[in-house]
Amino acid sequence: MHDDLSNQDPKAEDLRDVGSAELIAGSSLGRDAWRRLLKNRLAVFGMVVVITVTLASLAGPSVIERLTGQAYDVIPKDARMIKSFPPFRSPDGGFSWSHPMGTDTVGRDILARVLSGGQISLMVALIATLVSLLIGVSYGATAGYLGGRIDDLMMRIVDVLYSLPYVIIVIVLLALLPAKTPTGQLAQLFFALGAVSWLTMARIVRGQVMSLKNQEFILAARATGVSTPKIIFRHLVPNALGPVIVYATLTVPTVMLSEAFLSFLGLGVRPPRVSWGSLAAEGAQSLAIYPWQLIFPGLTMALMLFSLNFLGDGLRDALDPQMRKE
Amino acid sequence: MLRFIIRRVVIIIPMLFIIVSLTWALIRLAPGNFYTADKKLAPAIEQNLREKYGLNQPWYIQYRKVLWNMARFDFGNSLKYEGQSVNRILFRALPVSATLGLCAYLLALLVGITTGTLAALKQNSWIDYASMALAMIGISIPNFVLGPLLVLIFALNLFWLPPALWNGFPSKSLVLPALTLSAIYIAYIARLTRSGMLEVMRSDYIRTARAKGLSERAVVMRHALRGGLLPVVSFSGPALAFLITGTVVVERVFALPGLGNYFINACFNRDEPLIIGIVAFIAVSVLAFNLLVDISYGFIDPRIRY
Repeated sequence: MHDDLSNQDPKAEDLRDVGSAELIAGSSLGRDAWRRLLKNRLAVFGMVVVITVTLASLAGPSVIERLTGQAYDVIPKDARMIKSFPPFRSPDGGFSWSHPMGTDTVGRDILARVLSGGQISLMVALIATLVSLLIGVSYGATAGYLGGRIDDLMMRIVDVLYSLPYVIIVIVLLALLPAKTPTGQLAQLFFALGAVSWLTMARIVRGQVMSLKNQEFILAARATGVSTPKIIFRHLVPNALGPVIVYATLTVPTVMLSEAFLSFLGLGVRPPRVSWGSLAAEGAQSLAIYPWQLIFPGLTMALMLFSLNFLGDGLRDALDPQMRKE
Repeated sequence: MLRFIIRRVVIIIPMLFIIVSLTWALIRLAPGNFYTADKKLAPAIEQNLREKYGLNQPWYIQYRKVLWNMARFDFGNSLKYEGQSVNRILFRALPVSATLGLCAYLLALLVGITTGTLAALKQNSWIDYASMALAMIGISIPNFVLGPLLVLIFALNLFWLPPALWNGFPSKSLVLPALTLSAIYIAYIARLTRSGMLEVMRSDYIRTARAKGLSERAVVMRHALRGGLLPVVSFSGPALAFLITGTVVVERVFALPGLGNYFINACFNRDEPLIIGIVAFIAVSVLAFNLLVDISYGFIDPRIRY
């Protein structure tokens, strides 16, 4: 674990200083990790793709609307345009730049739809991850710090929840209690996905806190009369953040996949809103005739997941050099 | 060991109780019911049907009936598929999902363990890099994208395999669904095997085995694999839960008459007995399977004691 740096006796520290020029130059943990991350080519590739796709999703739909007047939910008025064009084709069959990914069955631009879908997919993934972070970190830190019987009980509950087929319960929940509005449905998704993905986070944080709580700075905090919640959230949690960040980056693609899975089944994002999952579901229906309706959203999503996974792996290696599997 | 098993078996009962109660409560709390979702019936007919299925009794009597049904593992008749018992639907759909899941899992074990071991033994060679990059692609392509893409290539363009059909085992119709379902497990298992093997190959008992003068083949096959596969075994528990999620999608993509497809339809139809039956059945299998996985640790790794 990287917090061993602060843990060692002064002698060992001196010896290491002599051994390594970088440490004499005073390299912080963050800068070290950043340097290691940049050396990992796949992680850098992942980072570039994640940033590009995110920016494109954020800015793309409005740029496309300004340039061509197309939006993800605009059905063209001209009756000749209401059909699915292959990529780079104009209505007369010639080459055209207007729809680089083609259009869907009612003539909506797929590029605009993929980018708007990206907004929703990314937002769901991020917020649900934050929800899971919030629950997991508070739960794990509390259990780890309090210890004893309370810890036993809290972790027992996590064990029990672990073995539940919660996807099944989420499906029942979303199918039976559909929200009144598309926005309400999104909120329900954040909550449902976040609520089922905090378990591993809680375990990781608990482990970290257990190893931190007997160190001098916690003792000092306790001796000066800091309250328990304050010790947990102001002193313990910030020091346990490294593994938490790594796990959170790896949670993002998992949650994104779950959202797409639910949307694919028709339980997630509802029209007129779109996400990568619901676009893939639409595309899969007319696969034989209009394959591009599936291929573009599907591959964009796969590329994003691929990059997020590599970025997460790279971050883990960079922040946790000793956990690294050479 | 026996005490451990008994304790784990006993805890299954309250968990099952919680899951079934939660599902039942959700069905009850949700606005509307089976009769508002489907075509409108004449009030008198609806009244009679409700009476027949016991839906107009007070909630605690219905809840008691659900629990009693659960205890006997007999969930009554489906509302949607009239005159068919939930058990009959379960036993008709189960072989489809089980065949699909088992084929996919065996395929994943075979391909995953082989690739992972090779990658670990030839660490940092092109085999290692290529197989790990492939594994990452496998993890990143969602099965509902992979499935239709495979259909597009192998069924609609090359005409090698049927796009959607169920002929049981063994048949050509099983190839695409099993492949779609197994892709992500092949990837996971290959990664787990690789990291497990890398760790084990450095451990003391492997050095001892080599020092005894065993051939490299014997060291890998008899000694290293046993320890290196532990992460794969512990993945088998969650894998079943994932497989169930996966079959839901794959059965819908390939229109197979399996549990997952029935489950989603039952949820949309608000077919209460069928939902509870399928949820209970899946919960029992997941819980039982987790227990089996935990027990099997002891046989694989002699260092583990309960």
